[in-house]
Amino acid sequence: MTDELADRGVLSTADRRRGSVRASMTLVHGFLLVGLVVAGLGPLLWLAKAAVTPTQDTLSQPFALWPNGIDWANLETAWNDIHIDQYFLNTIWVAAGAWFFQLLIATTAGYALSVLRPKYAPILNALVLATLFIPAVVLLVPLYLTILDPPVIGTSLLNTYWAVWLPAAANAFNILLVKRFFDALPREVFEAAKTDGAGPFRVFWSIVLPMSKPILGVVSVFAVIAAWKDFLWPLLVLPDPAGQPLSVRLPAVQSQTELDVFLAALAISTLIPVVLFLLFQRLFLRGAGLGGAVKG
Amino acid sequence: MTMTTDPEVAEAAEDRPPAPRPVPEHRKRRRTPMTWIRGGGLSNLAFVAPMLVVFAVFSWGPIVQAVVMSFQKTNLVSPPVFVGIDNFVRVLSDPNLGTAVLNTLYFALLALLFGFPLPLLLAVMMSEVGRGKGLYSALAYLPVVIPPVVAVLLWKVFYNASPDGVFNTILGWVGIPPQPWLQSSATVMPSLVLEATWAAAGGAIIIYLAALIAVPPELYDAAEVDGAGIWRKIWHVTLPQLRGVLFIMLILQVIATSQVFLEPFLFTGGGPNNATLTILLLIYRYAFQNSLGGAYGEATALSLMLAIFLALLSWAYFKLTERWSTN
Repeated sequence: MTDELADRGVLSTADRRRGSVRASMTLVHGFLLVGLVVAGLGPLLWLAKAAVTPTQDTLSQPFALWPNGIDWANLETAWNDIHIDQYFLNTIWVAAGAWFFQLLIATTAGYALSVLRPKYAPILNALVLATLFIPAVVLLVPLYLTILDPPVIGTSLLNTYWAVWLPAAANAFNILLVKRFFDALPREVFEAAKTDGAGPFRVFWSIVLPMSKPILGVVSVFAVIAAWKDFLWPLLVLPDPAGQPLSVRLPAVQSQTELDVFLAALAISTLIPVVLFLLFQRLFLRGAGLGGAVKG
Repeated sequence: MTMTTDPEVAEAAEDRPPAPRPVPEHRKRRRTPMTWIRGGGLSNLAFVAPMLVVFAVFSWGPIVQAVVMSFQKTNLVSPPVFVGIDNFVRVLSDPNLGTAVLNTLYFALLALLFGFPLPLLLAVMMSEVGRGKGLYSALAYLPVVIPPVVAVLLWKVFYNASPDGVFNTILGWVGIPPQPWLQSSATVMPSLVLEATWAAAGGAIIIYLAALIAVPPELYDAAEVDGAGIWRKIWHVTLPQLRGVLFIMLILQVIATSQVFLEPFLFTGGGPNNATLTILLLIYRYAFQNSLGGAYGEATALSLMLAIFLALLSWAYFKLTERWSTN
């Protein structure tokens, strides 16, 4: 979406030939390149450098490149002694479950509201959309109390990942995205499948889902990123440090950790999202643009 | 819940022996649990059920509960007691509320001044450079990918107030004396806004880039025929064409910044001297940092007031911009 070039923008070909415009476009290029490299890449590069630099060097000469040698041991200490490995696994576990349940709810609900369309679908649809207008902060305390004392089950979900996964699955935005995509799928295919004797489950699994890979990709990216980023909610419902994800653990260990090891821990925690982004760049940027299209 | 079926299915059901417990006839069509099942009612329910359960327990339920709780005294030990508007009165008479509201407004205002024009400016520049746009948007989006907690903790190191701190070193290169950043109540809020703007700009840039591609090129052609220069094209074509997305992004940003939590919580915990105590931080303190047990009633009362304020604000905003858009 963002990689396509419009036929033209503000500048016309005639504009581009003018000397003054060419000079200022070179300036713009230079400004963008320097500015974006410094602001976008700079902090990451600094973090990568500081992760393998002894504390004293980072504190006294933050921009010097290893005046007293590289300290690779930081990474190992962070991984083993601060148990970044454990919290890393927790984060992956949190994100994987949140991803699974968000996809499950978004696709089944989207299918019901868009394709099956029972009589009560409009009411459900309105109820789901209405939740988009409620700021998350309103839910904070009552949701927390629901986790402490959920209905029917009778046992607290505190310190279980269900407490993160299930509220994440109640995501109206996902349902809206998926439903819109399903709405645009050709009905004839479903009808043909039905005449061939496919039941609603078969149509869902063998026809609708395979046709919906693009939107499933976008929802997956949103789900994993949101789970990876979330801080306040896991902080509240996962008070046991052994089960906490990185985002909750990092601020907690900061005070008892030496700066160089702490920066190494930060660098390790940044690695996976950045690598994921570089691998699935198009998907990320399409998702971000899509968010805007829906908002707009 | 009404159980209707396709006419064909209903007709087919006519020939069958009556279902065990026929539902009383309503209008002319006969509806029985059997016809409902044959019409796909069960499989519909199977697909709706997961969403119904999850939303009922974790979304609709808590929303209703929030309203109820704001009129109750709740402390997990004794059963909730109805206390009328006591919670609201207590929140409104809390001396910290004024500070929190002013700080939140200050944060939102600064974020609007820095954070709103910058992504638009960058996006317009990026959309004009042609080659390199892919690289630029990837670079601009990188900060959004960094987990927010990591970003804040990293910037906390950058904001080290000693003369050898990262930012103070950079300032030193251009001859500016070291700043106290997070340590002084004068510089702490701009510091928070700077990080928040850096962290969020990439997302807005991508959205503006997508909107800029959608501007019809004919409009620029037409403007040139009328003799418009570059700046007039930006002012009379680009900005009006982006009006819709700009209006939305503005109100979304206001809604988001008025609920700022992560930055003040992790950077300063509300300090120094309550200079970064925001509304959400106050809600958090009521509910989860209260030595007397969670003041859940007060917390929900304040969050409800914030939500109602934001709803009214958005409503007024859309009424206002609607009139501008139609003119």
